Amino acid sequence: MRTKERIIEGALAFCALVTILTTVGIILVLLIEAINFFEQVSIIEFLTDTQWTPLFANKHYGILPLLSGTFLTTLIAMIVALPIGLTIAVYLNEYAAPKFRKVIKPALEILAVVPTVVYGFFALMIVTPFLKQFMDLAGFNALSAGIVMGIMIIPFVSSLSEDALSAVPDSLREASYGMGSTRLQTAFRVMVPAASSGIGVSVILAFSRAIGETMIVAIAAGSQPRLTMDPTVPIQTITAYIVQVSMGDVPHGSIGYNTIFAAGITLFIFTFLLNNISYWIKRRYQEQYE
Amino acid sequence: MSKGRYNRIKDKVFQVFGISATFFGLILLAIFIAIILYMGLNRLSWDFLTALPSRFADQSGIYTAWIGTFWILILTTLISFPLGVGAGIYLEEYTEESGWATFLEINISNLAGVPSVIYGLLGLEVFVRIMQFGSSVLAGSLTLSLLILPIIIVSTREAISAVPSSQKDASMALGATKWQTIWNQTLPAAMGGILTGTILAISRAVGETAPLIVIGALAYVPFVPQSPMDQFTVLPIQIFNWVSRPQHEFVINAAAAIIVLLILTFSINGIAIYLRNRWQKKLG
Repeated sequence: MRTKERIIEGALAFCALVTILTTVGIILVLLIEAINFFEQVSIIEFLTDTQWTPLFANKHYGILPLLSGTFLTTLIAMIVALPIGLTIAVYLNEYAAPKFRKVIKPALEILAVVPTVVYGFFALMIVTPFLKQFMDLAGFNALSAGIVMGIMIIPFVSSLSEDALSAVPDSLREASYGMGSTRLQTAFRVMVPAASSGIGVSVILAFSRAIGETMIVAIAAGSQPRLTMDPTVPIQTITAYIVQVSMGDVPHGSIGYNTIFAAGITLFIFTFLLNNISYWIKRRYQEQYE
Repeated sequence: MSKGRYNRIKDKVFQVFGISATFFGLILLAIFIAIILYMGLNRLSWDFLTALPSRFADQSGIYTAWIGTFWILILTTLISFPLGVGAGIYLEEYTEESGWATFLEINISNLAGVPSVIYGLLGLEVFVRIMQFGSSVLAGSLTLSLLILPIIIVSTREAISAVPSSQKDASMALGATKWQTIWNQTLPAAMGGILTGTILAISRAVGETAPLIVIGALAYVPFVPQSPMDQFTVLPIQIFNWVSRPQHEFVINAAAAIIVLLILTFSINGIAIYLRNRWQKKLG
């Protein structure tokens, strides 16, 4: 009996161990292949060269154009998702009837459920042609990809921010109403500041999600790495570059193969930092009102 | 105008703004889907579902793609469900508040935030190359299983902690061992929540494209996988391939394939929501 219990506990511990092995695996794989890369390309060139052309005859290995592409699309997505997501959170928490909130929260999750390849189609085939009527826009551009990505991450911002707002004790709200404040004043002067750490977490997670998003940008933003903040021209993100190389036949051990891991580790460092910051904020502040 | 009145008007204005924001994304999505239906619905036919891919758009179908998606769905479930539930039980029932438990927890929350394309790089190196599975259904399923493991673990933990401790205590008091209590009491009571989380995770896996492209799943596979070691393609990759072509006919094909993919993901999510509602009612 006791042996059986032991064996079961061991098996369960193994399942949990798989998650550790996954992290170790990711870090090792990225490190080893990236080290192979940096044996051939100096880290100075990687960080300072303003061109990224590993697939051309005249090879340059500067990550900056891919980084600028990644941050440009992310920035546009955040400009769309933050105001809308936060407004939704405040509205649902302060204005909406509980019944409406119960229905609309899962409904908003639909936005996060639609596969990203479908969003890519929306961006390339619907949003870009629509915007072209009003402005000078290339067929592939950061603007459409960023806007559509923003729509996709609305529920990340709204859902987590709403959770943070509803964790604020009612007594604060009642005190504010008691002073004669309107709902709007209560929301933005009392509730939002009180929930700021939770809202911060939602913003960081949405940001991290946008940096790692792949298919929307691979389909709609183009495949031309360039160091620019112009949202109307084709660019390339880190993720889209990895996909582009993977589509072709790149033999293992070639520098082309190594580049996707060098790009991957750059991406991983950013998302890893953001996730840990958000986790730290969550731990540090979650018991504030308990 | 008095300040009070001005403030009340601002309050009303924000209310209207709030409702608009709430429906903004959903209405846009509805418009997008309507356009997709308009573009692709006529292309949907029995032939489209049963034809192999072809370089002629009007003869091309999604047979290999949806069979591949089905393979991935089944294998990923078989791999990720036991692993995720096992890890969830371990974390919830076998670890105390300790450094080890915190470390596991931080690690899982980190994994949940790793971009899917990075999982593709892991799968490419470990499953495709080192374990020599090649760009097979098995390599794809293993990669996606690791990707969705954090979701299954977190929902397993939530479901288990929602089971009243009185129920577990009663079982232990009657002389049941820890595992007997988990197997006979905790798990059956938590199963609704666990299944909901797992199904949502599987729906995520079905829609994933990037990690499978990275491990080398092909856009053009002229046959249906016969075993887990065969090469494969899936619906999202087929869609990506068609979207990237300049000819309008292929874009129509992509729209039609998107309709099929959306029906699939929405049905899977519908099942999950149904299960969740039933389970929450039962739990009281």
